[in-house]
Amino acid sequence: MDKVDLSLLNIIQEDFPLTKEPYAELGQRLELTENEVMERIAKLKKDGIIRRIGAFFNSRKIGYVSTLCAIKVPEESLEKVTNIVNSFSGVTHNYLREDEYNMWFTLIGPCRENLEKILAEIEAKTNLKIMELPAEQTFKIRVNFNFTE
Amino acid sequence: MSRSLTNLEKELVRIFQEDLPLVPRPFLQIAEKLNLTEDEVIDYIRRFKEEGIIRRFGVALRHWEAGITANAMIVWQIPIDKVKEVGKKLASFPEVTHCYQRPQQPDWPYNLYTMIHRSNREDCEKLAAKLASAVDQHNYRLIFSTKELKKESMKYFVEGAPECRK
Repeated sequence: MDKVDLSLLNIIQEDFPLTKEPYAELGQRLELTENEVMERIAKLKKDGIIRRIGAFFNSRKIGYVSTLCAIKVPEESLEKVTNIVNSFSGVTHNYLREDEYNMWFTLIGPCRENLEKILAEIEAKTNLKIMELPAEQTFKIRVNFNFTE
Repeated sequence: MSRSLTNLEKELVRIFQEDLPLVPRPFLQIAEKLNLTEDEVIDYIRRFKEEGIIRRFGVALRHWEAGITANAMIVWQIPIDKVKEVGKKLASFPEVTHCYQRPQQPDWPYNLYTMIHRSNREDCEKLAAKLASAVDQHNYRLIFSTKELKKESMKYFVEGAPECRK
């Protein structure tokens, strides 16, 4: 990534132009042609740096519920448990972490009953107990990074 | 808090949770599929943003590939009467990307969770120490992630969940 890529990422993280020709507008701001902007974005996608460009929804506002879960997974079962947990489309993030509770995942679904059904299924299939930590209060959700530092 | 969406709005959610077409007029391409005008499509996004339904419209990065290779969850044990004040204060730091209050559990005393992302561990530890002294709370632990097992955007309105029909 060069300096121009970093500036481009900084702009489109938060403020993708909602105009008829968004790539041309980005080009104007960055002194590039529309084509150059599209080529840079295509390259950043190809290199795996950009996952996608689109909307990030507030799941609660469209009627969905979510929760955070942690499991203590024995080393030898990690692969099996990962496959079981990841098989549910409502599991959107799953991380291994350095703790006795070593697997942490988020689960989103259209109602509370749906989350409970899936968590019970994961517990039954893995024979492990899930610690559930639903948010009681959200102070911040924002994933922007400043790339010019 | 939430409202039910029309069928057209649900269709727009299904489209905008995917990748925007990399063509000179991406919103026109979408409009043609839905029999809307380009302006109408853009207006829907603006309205969703105003309503808070869309939190942000932009790029999703793969952090690791973008050089943000240390990510730590800081879990805090905060006296219950202080959680709100401390949560707000921690959220005000630009380095903190997420901040939530969550319930304490029998073997897990932590009730405040913050996420930080840096390029290395030492920076995470330094940042945590800075946050701790800023809020004068010292019962905390950094839990580093060692592997991303899954990271996807949620796909809304694609699967039926019969247990949710009341």
